[in-house]
Amino acid sequence: MPTIAPQLPRPAAVRRKSRPQSRPQSRLRSAGRRLLRRPSSVLAGAAILLFVLAAVLAPFLAPYDPLQSDFLMIRKAPSALHLLGTDEVGRDVLSRLIWGARASLLAGFLPVLVACAVSVPLGVACGYAGGWLDMLVMRVTDAMLAVPFLIVAIALAAFLGPDLRNSILAIGVAALPTFLRLARAAAMTIRAEDYVEAARAVGASPLRIALRHILPNMLPPLFVQASITAAAAVIAEASLSFLGLGQQPPAPSWGSTLNAAQQYMTTAPWMAIAPGAMIFVLVISLNVFGDGLRDALDTRRR
Amino acid sequence: MRFLLFIGRRIALALPTVLILSTLIFLLQRMLPGDPALALAGGEAVDARMLDEIRHKYGLDLPVYVQYGRWLAGALHGYLGVSMRNDIGVSELLAGKLGITLQLALASMAIALAIGIPLGIVAATRKGRLGDAVASGLALTGISIPHFWLGILLVLAFSVHLNWFPASGYVPFREDPVRSVMGFVLPSIVLGTGIAGVLMRHMRSAMLDALQADYVRTARAKGLSEWRVVLRHALRNALMPVVTLGAIEFGQLLAGAVLTEQVFSIPGFGKLLVDSVLNRDYQVVQGLVLVSSVMFIAASLLADVLYFVINPRLRT
Repeated sequence: MPTIAPQLPRPAAVRRKSRPQSRPQSRLRSAGRRLLRRPSSVLAGAAILLFVLAAVLAPFLAPYDPLQSDFLMIRKAPSALHLLGTDEVGRDVLSRLIWGARASLLAGFLPVLVACAVSVPLGVACGYAGGWLDMLVMRVTDAMLAVPFLIVAIALAAFLGPDLRNSILAIGVAALPTFLRLARAAAMTIRAEDYVEAARAVGASPLRIALRHILPNMLPPLFVQASITAAAAVIAEASLSFLGLGQQPPAPSWGSTLNAAQQYMTTAPWMAIAPGAMIFVLVISLNVFGDGLRDALDTRRR
Repeated sequence: MRFLLFIGRRIALALPTVLILSTLIFLLQRMLPGDPALALAGGEAVDARMLDEIRHKYGLDLPVYVQYGRWLAGALHGYLGVSMRNDIGVSELLAGKLGITLQLALASMAIALAIGIPLGIVAATRKGRLGDAVASGLALTGISIPHFWLGILLVLAFSVHLNWFPASGYVPFREDPVRSVMGFVLPSIVLGTGIAGVLMRHMRSAMLDALQADYVRTARAKGLSEWRVVLRHALRNALMPVVTLGAIEFGQLLAGAVLTEQVFSIPGFGKLLVDSVLNRDYQVVQGLVLVSSVMFIAASLLADVLYFVINPRLRT
């Protein structure tokens, strides 16, 4: 009989066995490493970070007050004084774009948080427990998925009343069914795994199984969906404020700037080009990052 | 027989969805904070007698479930209420816009297919090479570009500077066929490129799967030319998921190309939605969302039928 074996602390071995989340954690970590090896993902991540920095540091970065109109400088073309020109009441376009990043980023990330906060517990409950709750929630989800994302957001924003907070809420609710589906499907798949079976056999409570075994394992698909949804949410916010249902003027947002710009397209095209380019770059970065994340998390994909 | 059974099951599954959807849409208006009668009166302070009259006229004094029953029964008969702003029946209003939305959706879909499918084939056959990178980059651009901004850019280039196409406005086909078609070119490009991106990505991955299949190896072993293998053997199988997706995208288009119609002032479903939302014409919003989502459900039903028809394996 080996002399070392009995000295091995037994609890540690048991703990290791009952901690399957070390597997998804290392999966996330190795996925992170794979992500960092892709130049396109790194570039996209850096671009997103730049937008976040610009939004946070807006008071220090913006050369002018975004709300300060100057009636001597109405619709002036880009110059050394105003790098991206001025708008219909003489406000600096660049400053408004930097401040407008706040609305777009808030609307990109908060709806995802709203959708996750509701759909993860509900989806896990549906997928794990099943029964009438699952039946009811899934039928409502089906019905909501039958209406295009943007239409749900527009209808909700219209009923809630036009402002940034309501449009964020509306986009979050519109994103909800996709996340619910995903969380439920993940919970159902993971429920059937051996280690969950083992945890149940050991006598772990359903809550413990949900929190320690199911939740960590469903993070990868949720992360991917989150970055794709963030891209859609940025476009949705821009669309809502373009239609006058989101951020209300004179507060700066890229969408409402584009709306104003449409009227002066022939005389002041710079008003239209820069804000749209901002939306485009942010959205494409989020999409590229999401694609990279998906490929990094799933090694079988091409 | 099997086919009928399949369709019957799909319709049976779609019915509860429509019912729940109609409930949600109905409740949305009832859950509004504040008095709906006050909202109907325009939100201004009006006297109590007038509010009572409005409540009675729109049946708002009845219990909610009776109101819902009435609304649903009306909807089943094609009656969706009356527009508060211009006193036209919502159904008539929608019927007048359907043709325009359909025209735009068809034109956009044609462009999406014409761009998305060839690009997907090129990307799959040139996987990892320059052609793949260019095609995938174009698809990513199509997916990520905000539609209304692309619309504005196209107007700037092709209407303002080159003066090839009208910047906005809709001309009925019967009035002036040439101007009508010209007016649809830019908006269809805007909508088509976005869908083309989605189609291209699915086409590429379906094609990559198909190219690895045994029957493709057999076809190559028979000595067929690569083009024949790709277009006749792989493409036919790879198209299946793309057809389904195309039908779903088409359904989305029918629900209204909200922003594109707004940018080009095309009076279809999308513009009607925005106008009604801004005018607080909630009856129209309700009816519009209901009708467009029913059309969307019908389109996904059609997608399933198409999938069944083109996939012989399901038929036997």
